[in-house]
Amino acid sequence: MFFNFHKNHKELLLTIFVMYAMLSIFIAVVPAIDVQENNGPLPNEKDMTEQERHGLAIFIENGCVACHTQQVRDIAMDKMWGGRPSIPADYFYSKERMNVWQQSPSLLGSERTGPDLTNVGERLNSPQWQYLHLYNPRALVPQSIMPAFPFLFKIKAKADSVRDVILAVPDNFRRGIKGDIVATQDAKDLVAYLLSLKQASIPTPDQFLPNPTSLMKKEQPSVTSASASPGSSSDSSAAMASAGGAPKSNGQALFTSTCSLCHQASGEGIKGAFPALKGSTIVNDADPTLHIKIILEGYDAIPGYGVMPPFKDKFDDDQVAAIINYERTSWGNNAKTITVDDVKKIRATIK
Amino acid sequence: MKYSKDFSLSFGTAFIFLIMLLPTTLFAQATEDQKEIFTHAGVVGALVIAMLLLLLFVFIITAKVNKLISNAQNEKKARERRSLQEELLSLEGKDLDELLQKRRAALLYKLKGTELSGTAIPADEKGIIKSATTEMEVPFLSEKKYVKAPLKVDPGLRNLIMAFLGMAAFWLIFGTSVGEYLGIKFVSPDIDHLAWLSFGRLRPVHTNTVFYGWASLAMIGLAYFVVPRTSNTKIYSLKMGWWSLGFFNAAVLIGDLFLMGGINNGGGEYREYIWPVMALFAIGLLLSTINFYKTIATRKASEIYISNWYILAGCVWTLTLVTISYLPWYQNGLGETVIQGYYMHNAVGMWFMTFTLGLMYYYLPAALNKPIYSYSLGVLAFWTQMLFYTMIGSHHFIFSPLPWWLQTIAIVFSVGMFIPVIAGTTNFLMTMKGSWKAISDSYVLPFLLTGVVYYFLGSSQGSFEAFRFTNYAWHLTDYTVAHSHMTMYGIVSFMLWGCIYYLLPRITNREPNQAYVGMHFWFAFIGLLLYEFSLMIGGTEKGLMWMEGVPFIQTVVKMAPYWLWRAIGGSLMLFSHFVFAYNIYFMFRKEKREETSSTDTISELSLA
Repeated sequence: MFFNFHKNHKELLLTIFVMYAMLSIFIAVVPAIDVQENNGPLPNEKDMTEQERHGLAIFIENGCVACHTQQVRDIAMDKMWGGRPSIPADYFYSKERMNVWQQSPSLLGSERTGPDLTNVGERLNSPQWQYLHLYNPRALVPQSIMPAFPFLFKIKAKADSVRDVILAVPDNFRRGIKGDIVATQDAKDLVAYLLSLKQASIPTPDQFLPNPTSLMKKEQPSVTSASASPGSSSDSSAAMASAGGAPKSNGQALFTSTCSLCHQASGEGIKGAFPALKGSTIVNDADPTLHIKIILEGYDAIPGYGVMPPFKDKFDDDQVAAIINYERTSWGNNAKTITVDDVKKIRATIK
Repeated sequence: MKYSKDFSLSFGTAFIFLIMLLPTTLFAQATEDQKEIFTHAGVVGALVIAMLLLLLFVFIITAKVNKLISNAQNEKKARERRSLQEELLSLEGKDLDELLQKRRAALLYKLKGTELSGTAIPADEKGIIKSATTEMEVPFLSEKKYVKAPLKVDPGLRNLIMAFLGMAAFWLIFGTSVGEYLGIKFVSPDIDHLAWLSFGRLRPVHTNTVFYGWASLAMIGLAYFVVPRTSNTKIYSLKMGWWSLGFFNAAVLIGDLFLMGGINNGGGEYREYIWPVMALFAIGLLLSTINFYKTIATRKASEIYISNWYILAGCVWTLTLVTISYLPWYQNGLGETVIQGYYMHNAVGMWFMTFTLGLMYYYLPAALNKPIYSYSLGVLAFWTQMLFYTMIGSHHFIFSPLPWWLQTIAIVFSVGMFIPVIAGTTNFLMTMKGSWKAISDSYVLPFLLTGVVYYFLGSSQGSFEAFRFTNYAWHLTDYTVAHSHMTMYGIVSFMLWGCIYYLLPRITNREPNQAYVGMHFWFAFIGLLLYEFSLMIGGTEKGLMWMEGVPFIQTVVKMAPYWLWRAIGGSLMLFSHFVFAYNIYFMFRKEKREETSSTDTISELSLA
């Protein structure tokens, strides 16, 4: 026999080393070089600013990648995290070696204990929300199990209202803190990084692999499907929707996944940050024009409250109508519901 | 007999019923469409694995219950005897008188005490009797065999092995305490607000400590016995061994402090230590590798025992792996992700699995006192382990932007993993075949058997998880966490415990309290079952909810009870580690040598 591994330790050692090294080069090193070299930024993908890079360092320092992925997988169920599947170019700027001690950050992640962050800068683009959420996530999302990061903030007896970012922390989350709670530079950089996380658009149509065939009927997420939405006359919705009547979408589900993050599931908002919808004069107004406009165009008119982003690109008319109807008939609100046509009309005026 | 048969029969039917019921009750909310996913090969396979595990548990419980029943039956027999007596009494006539007279004489007969020995005074002239007792104890726990003959080992080497295993136990306690604390944070996220203890920083402390502290040190410590023993020679250098231990401990200590302070390598799982720290680990490993290799090179047996193949390969592969994975030149963009998949799977497969299997090829036959069933099967498993395990790293990134062909290779070779797994499992089980009595008589073998069973179940589960279809439901959910505990805990840790309980009493000449070893086993086992089943069920529900597109926060709410059960299972596991640490301490304590010293004096006296 040419080789005798049973008796020749040199042959054994050399063989296991050479074979393993060859396999490793084939399965790891060569593909790694390949994907590294054949990559470049998308036309409208921006390089990270210095502040965002430092924010990324804070992100890595605190192990956020343990729970938050940054990959929209090429399957329909991941649609909720981005408009298209992630591609290698998306990571061109963010996944560079950090410094001599630390390698390129592992952003894709392997567990989604918290939401995916690929598009979080688009989805949750209010800095006030991000700061308060970092200070204590449960102040905004009561069921959240994300760690609180009060150590990214400091207490000042009297904060400078111009230069400092002052947090509107609800009393039950202040833990007896008397002074003003303001963001440190680390918190500002981290928020800058989070808000910079937006999927750059690509010219080709965005397509996902469908969910497994047996689930195809579910491909359209139930958020937009015609399950009973409280407050709207959903029974005859299918017939009416085509005629521009009651919306088909599930207003409650849409509200829960988006609006409730600021305005809270209770509709009571957060004092000093996000206004209440419960009992709101705008929501209860018989004329829905302003209500619709605010959702489509955003709002920055109530002093002392955060800026509301526009949602005209995120929601279609049907979804906006469903959300509005949910808001108008919940938490004791009792205003007239609206139709899809109402939204369509207002949208036409703002375009 | 009939009684117990009926009972186990009804137990069996109840169990089958339970199996039939389980999928439907677990996923009662699943729609008609979703039910179809239970016909998919990957899902069916993984469900079967889960069921097998449950079956095993039920089997053990049934056996225990049967034992109780047979005890009850003995009482029944006694009743039958009494009724026979009554029948006899009802007889009449001369026959009966004669019978009774005889019986009376028999009953009145008394031993004089000299029937066997004669009238000479008894004496233990050969010094055979070591202890004599007239008291009988009724044990609550079944008694296992005691170690008869300690193994002869060079005191220097013994101290080195003890130091490795002692440090391993320390890191186990530390690492799993951190793990338990993390589990609690899922239930109570505001338990503390300190930067050094925040979840994202502590999680890698848990994983790296149990990886590079507990399992690695235990493996190398155990190998320091196997390599010289099977090479029939002395260890090449004790000094190198001590330096190696020092480097390992320094790596884990410094690495953990860095992680808690926020200095990590970029967040890739198991690759969180920055390169200077990992370099310490690699130097420690290199020293031990040279040590093992030189010992094997100077062996006094012509053949290299199969254990040494695995041990040597584990060391060489891991050194290669760490080097390739920490080199910077191909890790920008998704290059890092390719290497990350490769690293995190190979660290488990080429280091922990390979090395632990090597230990099994020595300690299992040793504990059974018989040779391994098939040497060739071990060699086959060895080469297929290298070929298949190396290739499957990218199955952690299915549907990701990694090249499609890379994902496909990973899936195909994941299925190929059945070959080494079945070869290894068959080999171990066939070695145990015919010695089942030895398993219930030993406090070592239950650990090893559990490890073997998990080796089959956990590895098969991993192969099933790699399928594209199963990725829809399970990838990125807590199911993965359940899987990694089934493997690193169910396979590696159980096997290591078995090996430690075999080796330590034989080299320290001091046995642990069997009740405590049993306690360690049962708490770890039941804790692990709670842990993995809560996360497997919860993870599946979570994945199905994601597919339905419900708001993310609802899945968090859904998971809450499962996370609570995970924390409870984790508490049981942690408790068992404290018992294990006590057992180690007990075996380490300087022997008072009361019993042995008295025997020593007797043997000296008899020599004189």
